[in-house]
Amino acid sequence: MDLIASLTVNGLATGMLIFLLAAGLTLIFGLMSVLNFAHGGLFIWGAYAGVWIYYITNSFLLAIIVAIITGLVLGLITERLIIRPVYGNHIQQILITLGFMLVLQELIKVVFGPDQKAVHPPAWLEGSFQMGDVILIKYRLFIIAIGLLLFLTIYLILKKTRIGLIVRAGVMDREMVQTLGINIRFVFMAVFMVGAALAALSGVLHAPYSGVIYAEMGLEFSILAFIVVVIGGMGSFTGSLFAAILVGLAQAFMAYYVPALSLAVNMLIMTVVLIFRPQGLFKVKG
Amino acid sequence: MSSLLKLSQVEAYIQQFHILHDINFEVPKGEVTVLLGRNGAGKTTTLRTIMGLNPVSKGSIVFKDEEISNQKPHLIANKGIGYVPEDQGIFGDLTVGENLRVAMKREDQETTERLEWILDLFPDLKKFWKKPGGQLSGGQKQMLAISRAYVNENDLLLIDEPSKGLAPIVVEKVMETILQMKEKTTILLVEQNFLMASKIGDRFYIIDDGQTVHNGLMGELKQDKALMKKYLGVS
Repeated sequence: MDLIASLTVNGLATGMLIFLLAAGLTLIFGLMSVLNFAHGGLFIWGAYAGVWIYYITNSFLLAIIVAIITGLVLGLITERLIIRPVYGNHIQQILITLGFMLVLQELIKVVFGPDQKAVHPPAWLEGSFQMGDVILIKYRLFIIAIGLLLFLTIYLILKKTRIGLIVRAGVMDREMVQTLGINIRFVFMAVFMVGAALAALSGVLHAPYSGVIYAEMGLEFSILAFIVVVIGGMGSFTGSLFAAILVGLAQAFMAYYVPALSLAVNMLIMTVVLIFRPQGLFKVKG
Repeated sequence: MSSLLKLSQVEAYIQQFHILHDINFEVPKGEVTVLLGRNGAGKTTTLRTIMGLNPVSKGSIVFKDEEISNQKPHLIANKGIGYVPEDQGIFGDLTVGENLRVAMKREDQETTERLEWILDLFPDLKKFWKKPGGQLSGGQKQMLAISRAYVNENDLLLIDEPSKGLAPIVVEKVMETILQMKEKTTILLVEQNFLMASKIGDRFYIIDDGQTVHNGLMGELKQDKALMKKYLGVS
């Protein structure tokens, strides 16, 4: 029982980190049909910028704030300089964003050095709780709480505010949104920046979780995020949460019970979903 | 006759296809102007070009004495043009209420009154307020699309084939509504249903093969059987 609880907490924590990365990706794809393979670069920059501040100040809260600001700024630059010239052309989007992803990755090595960096959770998040036989690691619970809090916040913004309605409407029919007098490009830029900030936040939260950060982890995580977006349904925010949790749990359990399949399990889930529900688990209706 | 909208020698392409060759017409303030023509003549492209959804390659579009050709769609909409597309453009996952709310530029007294007025005309929308737009019937979707375009104070409404695919009884309802809206706003209507067009319209323009080939008062068209047969296939 304690093992299952422990694996579940692990899976949920991983799922939340993937969700934070995938949430921005799914909105960006749904809203502007942009395939952004540079998203993992924003994740890794958030991780490194945050950890750098964490090393200097020993304040994890400050690290989170700096990571978010880094994501917002990089999001603005990426949208303006990289994405804007290739709207409407998926092939060009894949090529240029994948290229930019590699540039961001290599720039990490130039700015922060090529070595891996070890990261520990802050003192107030170190250690664990014991509930009966089950040991719950504080930092993992923290990630789950942050993930759920952000999901609820963004969910309420999307559901209850006019800006949220505009974003949801834009995912369904961006042309129609424009004819209602709404500057969809501005909305997209804002969504892109928020998506980038979520990716960067995911990066800095991931650092103490994995205990080490390295430049290549952005690409690894962005592949996971794409799998989640496909499983959840392109453009579906709630779908991304469910798919991320599914992928996180599957990975955690497989890593324990069938380690050889732990990497393949995500692909297997995606394949099964694509065969039976090609539109993903949650379909966005236009 | 003061014209609210004027198109002069407008040409437009969709990709490499030359769709509009020479479109010329004026929409007088306070009237319903109807664009008539066979399928594929260029009526829908004309509306989309006015809205900025399709680029103008030549010619001019003047709205309230200002050139608007090739401006961005949201800027054109904010100058006071509401648009009801041919496919209605309903946001399927948003409820009826949300579909209307997303369109409302302001939530002041005036907008609320306009909303109440339109909901009185279409009580179904009130009844299905929390139902997703994608689950409405074709007629209800059309009513929602018209309401959404009307809810803001626009000077001109572009309505593309509101009777398309609807049952006769629903067409009747839509027609009655447009007649009532006519008292409050100027309308440019694209319509294949000649009976509906002739009841609502004050003047007409016939578009054929991307060109405006004929125009006049709707009353005159009803008398000209030869013209109707030649361009509209109505005998």
